[in-house]
Amino acid sequence: MIQDLVIYALFIAYALAVLLVFGLVLTWVERKQAAIMSDRIGANRAYLRIPFTQVKLVWWGLFHGMADGMKMLLKEDFKPRTHDWYAYAVAPWVVFTPVLLVFGVIPFGGTLVPGQLGSSLAEWYGDKSYPMQIARLDAGLLMVFAFGGMTTIGAMLAGWSSANKFSLLGALRAGSQMISYELVMGLTLLGLILIYGTLDLGAVVQQQSGVVLGFLPAWGIVYQPFAAILFLTAAMAENKRIPFDLPEAESELIAGYFTEYSAMKMGLFMFAEFIEIAIIAALFTTLFLGGYNLPFMTDAGFVFPGGHVVAMSHGLVVVTQMVVFLAKVFLMCSFQILVRWSLPRFRYDQVLHFAWKFLFPLTLVNLVVTTVAVWAIRGGGA
Amino acid sequence: MSTRRYRRKEYWNRPTMSLWERVYLFEIVRGLSITGGVFLGNMWRWMTGRKGALTTYYPEETRADYAAANRGKHILTRRPDGRPQCIACNMCATVCPAKVIEIEAAFDPDDTAHPKYPARFEIDYSRCIFCGLCVEACPEDAIRMLKEVPNLPGHDRQRMWITRDELLNWNPHSDVAKPYPAATGPEKPRGPT
Repeated sequence: MIQDLVIYALFIAYALAVLLVFGLVLTWVERKQAAIMSDRIGANRAYLRIPFTQVKLVWWGLFHGMADGMKMLLKEDFKPRTHDWYAYAVAPWVVFTPVLLVFGVIPFGGTLVPGQLGSSLAEWYGDKSYPMQIARLDAGLLMVFAFGGMTTIGAMLAGWSSANKFSLLGALRAGSQMISYELVMGLTLLGLILIYGTLDLGAVVQQQSGVVLGFLPAWGIVYQPFAAILFLTAAMAENKRIPFDLPEAESELIAGYFTEYSAMKMGLFMFAEFIEIAIIAALFTTLFLGGYNLPFMTDAGFVFPGGHVVAMSHGLVVVTQMVVFLAKVFLMCSFQILVRWSLPRFRYDQVLHFAWKFLFPLTLVNLVVTTVAVWAIRGGGA
Repeated sequence: MSTRRYRRKEYWNRPTMSLWERVYLFEIVRGLSITGGVFLGNMWRWMTGRKGALTTYYPEETRADYAAANRGKHILTRRPDGRPQCIACNMCATVCPAKVIEIEAAFDPDDTAHPKYPARFEIDYSRCIFCGLCVEACPEDAIRMLKEVPNLPGHDRQRMWITRDELLNWNPHSDVAKPYPAATGPEKPRGPT
């Protein structure tokens, strides 16, 4: 019992640390990547001075995130004269908390058998094994959507309770846009659920560990390339970033639904947005990029098709899987930032047209084709 | 009341998109590959130890393409014996449109040729507009503007003043166009203080 508690406390700490570090580092990555994309240098002036020396640690401007956080904590916490101060105060947390919770069902590594890590651990743990996932839920994917939907409530609350017309307009845009794209997002994944036959994300990743046609990794993107593109588009629209940043279009609405927020409350909105980038990347990795799997990698090491085997100890396998997962997530985050700095913003009517008249029919077509194919492969009507 | 149907105006250069462009996805991929290509190219430059940007790090680096006649930081020229060429005539301070030059003249009875010299000569760089009128107004070739601008930025405006000693010493020049008669009277070693 206590063993389980220790392991899960470790998992939760790891998940929280990963998310918060991603949230902090992505602010830096975003600025730096945007700068390098546009032939600039980017923020590189903040430094930490080692006390009592003149040694200044600059580290490519990595401390700018820290400086920003400090600034947000120390700024005046402006409060508008609103009739609904409770909703106003609670809204940032309604946006922020579900984003963190979504990570609870995402597997960030394979199976951990603590008994194989050392002799002292072996006698305490015996041969217990733990899938590296905080909550192994049968309805994992449903939980993702349930909590993803809650951020809409947060955005709407923030807009309503701010007593500001720009906020209200932003909230209305956020509501209509997020609900439209949530539908598209859910439907794109139906095809994948048909193929894998489960909603449990751990089981989904385990099914992606094989190889198809001898060389292609059995990742979701190979089975459902179309759904992958649609899902990524819808997910980015869910996150309200350029090209879908209508709810906070600064040239039209100042800052949209969080216009009236300042200091760390505004910081929470921004932080939630950056963590959501990581969450979307983690979801995409889990569903379409094989999660922690590498091609030809099993729980015992690499097994290449020529019969060549590279054996690895259990500890090494666990670390490799965690690193592979993080690397994939980071690459997907970087891709989202690339999109954000490349594409112009949609016009408002175009956003909803795009969702309902373009993406929605395509997801339906994708679903029908997948259904027919799965039906045919599994023996037709027989 | 007219019964004519409304017809949208046709322009001669109506934008046309082919089916390929209207599918949208391929054009998006094209755009992303352009920006991604620029990113990878610049990133490669950074990782191989070169600078992946045209930017110069401002106070630390000087742009190589500064004009030779660039009006940068001021200097006060020196006489051959090291004293300031300036005779504290206040012409520069008078002509200065930003009124940033402050001169306090002093009297030196030993220098019979030019007994008036600046005890203080200060320029407020937080207000200087670098127009160069002080250089043109100077009758003695005592003030010049060099091409370089070292140590100009500062963190508060009290420290934006440049003093006489720094003007004389940060880049000493004594090749004045208007030579001076040697001082008469008893020899007395004096340099810039």
